[in-house]
Amino acid sequence: MRQSFIAKNPSVLIFLACLGLFTLVVSVLSEGMGIGLISTSFVKTLGKTLCLCLVAIAMDLAWGYAGILSLGHFAFFGLGGYMIGMWLMYARTEGIVAASLANAEIPPTPDELRSAIATQIFGVVGSSDFPAIWVFAHSLPLQLALVVLVPGLLALIFGWLAFRSRVTGVYLSILTQAMTLALALYLFQNDSGLRGNNGLSGLQNIPGAEAVPQSVISVWFLWGSAAALGLGYVIAAFVVSGKFGSVIRGIRDDEARVRFLGYSVEGYKLFVFTLTAVIAGIAGALYYPQAGIINPKEIAPIASIYLAVWVAIGGRGRLYGAVIGAALVSLLSTWFTGGRVPDLPLGFYTVSWVDWWQVLLGLSFVLVTLFAPKGIGGLFDLLTGRRAPDRHGADLGPGPGALREKEAEQ
Amino acid sequence: MSTLLEVSGVSVSFDGFKAINNLSFEIGPAELRAIIGPNGAGKTTFMDIVTGKTRPDEGDVLWGEMSRSLLKMNESQIAQAGIGRKFQRPTVFEDQSVFENLLMALRKDRAPWKVLFYRETAEDRARVGELAEEIGLADQLPRKAGELSHGQKQWLEIGMLLAQEPRLLLVDEPAAGMTLAEREHTTDLLKQAAKTRAVIVVEHDMEFVRRLDCRVTVLHEGSVLAEGSLDFVTKNQQVIDVYLGR
Repeated sequence: MRQSFIAKNPSVLIFLACLGLFTLVVSVLSEGMGIGLISTSFVKTLGKTLCLCLVAIAMDLAWGYAGILSLGHFAFFGLGGYMIGMWLMYARTEGIVAASLANAEIPPTPDELRSAIATQIFGVVGSSDFPAIWVFAHSLPLQLALVVLVPGLLALIFGWLAFRSRVTGVYLSILTQAMTLALALYLFQNDSGLRGNNGLSGLQNIPGAEAVPQSVISVWFLWGSAAALGLGYVIAAFVVSGKFGSVIRGIRDDEARVRFLGYSVEGYKLFVFTLTAVIAGIAGALYYPQAGIINPKEIAPIASIYLAVWVAIGGRGRLYGAVIGAALVSLLSTWFTGGRVPDLPLGFYTVSWVDWWQVLLGLSFVLVTLFAPKGIGGLFDLLTGRRAPDRHGADLGPGPGALREKEAEQ
Repeated sequence: MSTLLEVSGVSVSFDGFKAINNLSFEIGPAELRAIIGPNGAGKTTFMDIVTGKTRPDEGDVLWGEMSRSLLKMNESQIAQAGIGRKFQRPTVFEDQSVFENLLMALRKDRAPWKVLFYRETAEDRARVGELAEEIGLADQLPRKAGELSHGQKQWLEIGMLLAQEPRLLLVDEPAAGMTLAEREHTTDLLKQAAKTRAVIVVEHDMEFVRRLDCRVTVLHEGSVLAEGSLDFVTKNQQVIDVYLGR
């Protein structure tokens, strides 16, 4: 009866195999490493999609498993992006400034150098001093630590306050959305220290790798994103597979009952919320160097709502569902909004997909919620015969008994 | 006999309505007790107070040999201290198997970190098997709890309570909606449990209470009206007036 982790979670191996194959195929077809069938910008799109899949897994863990409908995970995603962006921007500007000052007759002092970098970065918001939060920006290891620490600490403090007060359901969603909105509005200010609505830019240029063409860097990031997604999937599968998974699914279905079993529901929620915020932060830190720019608009609540829509369409409560939903919807979205889909002339009106895509997306969200609550992932149930209990009260009759035996063997 | 739980002078009101009025109650470490009373007598509120769901306005609830006050603890701490509660409606985790339901309830470290790295041992599986045997669900372990019949769910929930190894069991209307045979099984389970721990059963059904064959506490308007054997309390004129006579 005792089974290994992999045997209990066959989807992990299948997922890792698919992910590996996908990465290999894209690498071979890429401009940077292979035969050049896939353009560099599309490799970046695919790499970014992998990061979105990772944050969708985090969302699924929080919402699909623990029942925390957070509308703030894109804020954690964005914070992760800002943290890595600070180093990328600092280090690159440092290189440029150092090169331009190298020809000066008197070599610049460290103070002059620092001030020149600050002017270069913050001139756009009318400042020439480094804000206090940039104190670690010169150090890659420290900023990498902040990628994890900043979203993690924010989630820990926010979650502690919210869960301790027993805020649940739609009120919790509203609260997380308020947090997200407040953060976005704060970052829009010029004196927030993160360049206001200009955001951080030029992030695609990796300091120390100036000689490497973007076509190659894009493949590196694809690999990095794929590795992070694979690792994230395994960690998430580990978290939900054992007793911990039982407890958080219990919290989702009947919080009070779990409490009376002696589990501190708040502690579990806080753990899941913080863990998923950290995963979201890491996903963001991989995403934005591929996107090249981050600004506060990325953190706006609508992004987190999209995240919930992806997970709902893909199928809540199963990790591969979240991945499928995020990949499918975000790629379709890129396709539709990229203006490459031919308009649909109806005679009296021409449907332009750039505008109508969101309507289509909203409609499909409503349809999925109403008619296929299990989402796309539910299709896999048809293959494997996994079924939710739909019988209440009565014993199984002789007909469905055959299924039960099969279940018992598994 | 020492007392396990002592409720003294507890009152609680909701929007001016006194649900519990200066209630005092105690129970020993291995005792079966039935609480009866008409609707609105405060039976469920009493359970809410003991399990920490509701805070009383005044009074004290003391627990165990050390006489610790339960009022300063939250629900999960009270549950860990050894008070298990069964709700009126069977509340099992329908999306999970009988095995998972029981495993979750087993008396183990409840800290998130410990649970995350918890891997079931042969001993734990044997314990789950024993419990399933006891509640008559041994051949249902891999099934989803949602597929069980109403009576089976009630037993599963009792099994989950036993798995917690509580020193006090609070059981709210266990016989509701059960067939005669299921009731008998339930009675046996509760009597068996009461040999090693305190069990408080809240029940409407007189026939079921009679079968439990234990001391009875009658609640009325938030306080104790009478206490004693079933025959004793049913002869009490006040009890007849408010409850039995109607």
